[in-house]
Amino acid sequence: MQPYEMTIHQAAKSLKAREISARELAQSVITRIERVDESIGAYLTVDPEYTLKLAETADEKIGKGEGTPLTGIPLSIKDLISTEGLKTTCASRILEAYVPIYDACVIEKLKQEGAVIAGKVNMDEFAMGSSTENSAFKVTRNPWDLTCIPGGSSGGSAASVAADMCLGSLGSDTGGSIRQPASHCGVVGLKPTYGRVSRYGLVAFASSLDQIGPLTKTVSDAALLMNGISGFDLRDSTASKKERPDFTSFLSKGLGDMTIGIPKEYLETEGIDPDVRAAVMNAISVMKGLGATITDVSLPHSRYAVAAYYVIAPSEASSNLARYDGVKYGFRNDTPASLIDMYRETRSKGFGPEVQRRIIIGTYALSAGYYDAYYGKASKVRTLIMDDFERSFRSCDVILSPVSPIPAFPIGEKIDDPLTMYLLDIFTLSANLAGIPGISVPCGFSRKGLPIGLQLMSRHFEEGKLLKAAYSFEQETDFHLKKPHLPGDES
Amino acid sequence: MKITANEIAHVATLARLDMDGTVIAKFQHQVGQILDYVKTLDELDTEGVSLTSHATSSTNAFREDRVIPSPGMEQTLLNAPLKEDGYFIVPKVVG
Repeated sequence: MQPYEMTIHQAAKSLKAREISARELAQSVITRIERVDESIGAYLTVDPEYTLKLAETADEKIGKGEGTPLTGIPLSIKDLISTEGLKTTCASRILEAYVPIYDACVIEKLKQEGAVIAGKVNMDEFAMGSSTENSAFKVTRNPWDLTCIPGGSSGGSAASVAADMCLGSLGSDTGGSIRQPASHCGVVGLKPTYGRVSRYGLVAFASSLDQIGPLTKTVSDAALLMNGISGFDLRDSTASKKERPDFTSFLSKGLGDMTIGIPKEYLETEGIDPDVRAAVMNAISVMKGLGATITDVSLPHSRYAVAAYYVIAPSEASSNLARYDGVKYGFRNDTPASLIDMYRETRSKGFGPEVQRRIIIGTYALSAGYYDAYYGKASKVRTLIMDDFERSFRSCDVILSPVSPIPAFPIGEKIDDPLTMYLLDIFTLSANLAGIPGISVPCGFSRKGLPIGLQLMSRHFEEGKLLKAAYSFEQETDFHLKKPHLPGDES
Repeated sequence: MKITANEIAHVATLARLDMDGTVIAKFQHQVGQILDYVKTLDELDTEGVSLTSHATSSTNAFREDRVIPSPGMEQTLLNAPLKEDGYFIVPKVVG
């Protein structure tokens, strides 16, 4: 096995036993990126000097016996998480040359553990999209089929994990942006409870929905990364003061004490691909075999989630993105005649079409005379969606559903039809609106060989139940062991 | 409901975006479709339902009023597109 192929768990063991150094591991990942990323396009910024320096720090830590399970582990970071001295572009022209002067809270935490940053990865511009096609800089391809999208918005994160160009990744999830690309690329993706992980240094898209989380090769690795990034932070006023559990303590197989709810509305949704349906039905019987009690639950308002989300998220985005004015940082258009012209020209040239579209929707929804009809109405429906979950979790521990109604689709197929693309987010948006955690775990392949993910959701701060259910499922199945074959691979 | 080209242009002005006729026409179609879809929310009776702007039960987060180090001028200006003598430079604002 090549070092870059290892899971975090395996690498931590090897590093601790001094079978490999952090530097060797980092070099192995750097070489892997050089060899295969030309065909995938996951990375926006790689800086081997920066990476190897972090690896050397990790080796010193290990040498002093101060290593933790994340020390020396090369991770890719979605390019909207601030990294001091390393470009953070949000895959947008407007931040093309932006170099943060501080680290995000999660990066500080990872560095304290001695984790190694392998580079910054591609995404939909400002995390707005479900295919990574909205990046201003490059196309990212699905490692399982290079003609298909990797999902989004954390498409670079998912592709880099699936193609072994890092051992794990940090992404962000505002409406499914961790879970959906994880599903499309056959890796594990966890969106934590809102407030579990500090958003300090995460470039804001929709502040009441955004959450940072891990994308990994296995469920155990997601637990290890969660241990590294969770916890209270004074600089994020929405960060929870709840004590962080040891997330690895939930990793035991067997679901005898667990009730899993199946939302009937989800499986009745029109347009679910038969392969996705079959994989999810199979997952339900695997869960049953593991001892879980299966029960029906109802989320009657879930069919309104897309409509509510596409008012709330663009409204928050239009407000958050007002800061990009060409004054303090980022791109500025050259020779504006007046201040207002400078704002307008800078923003029109700096933002891509999807970002502008969402700014228009959000500004419209918040503008005088329309606020109650749009933002007000959507925020009330948000309450109804939360109530649905509250009611359902009285009769189950975990809710099971598909992540996406279809497997990854061909690049370019839906880019001119925003509404169709938005409708594909139907199963993931509700968790963000309700602030609850959700995980995607590989549960099968389509007839064309594309990965399919299973979504599990639980109450606020019950990531432990998700990890336990996902871990049990993963141990019982072998979907996570299959690897894509890439151009550049020897055999 | 139909959104007009003038409304798109007006909202673009509010959002400080510059748009030509082609983009306005495209957005009129796409945004119109999305807003039509959003109108399905009107099927729901939300009379008396409270509004959720945040999915957690947390209220105001207070912290100690304590001075902590902040980035210096040089750091703060590091990413400025135009700067001079410790200032951000912008086009002339008042006559």
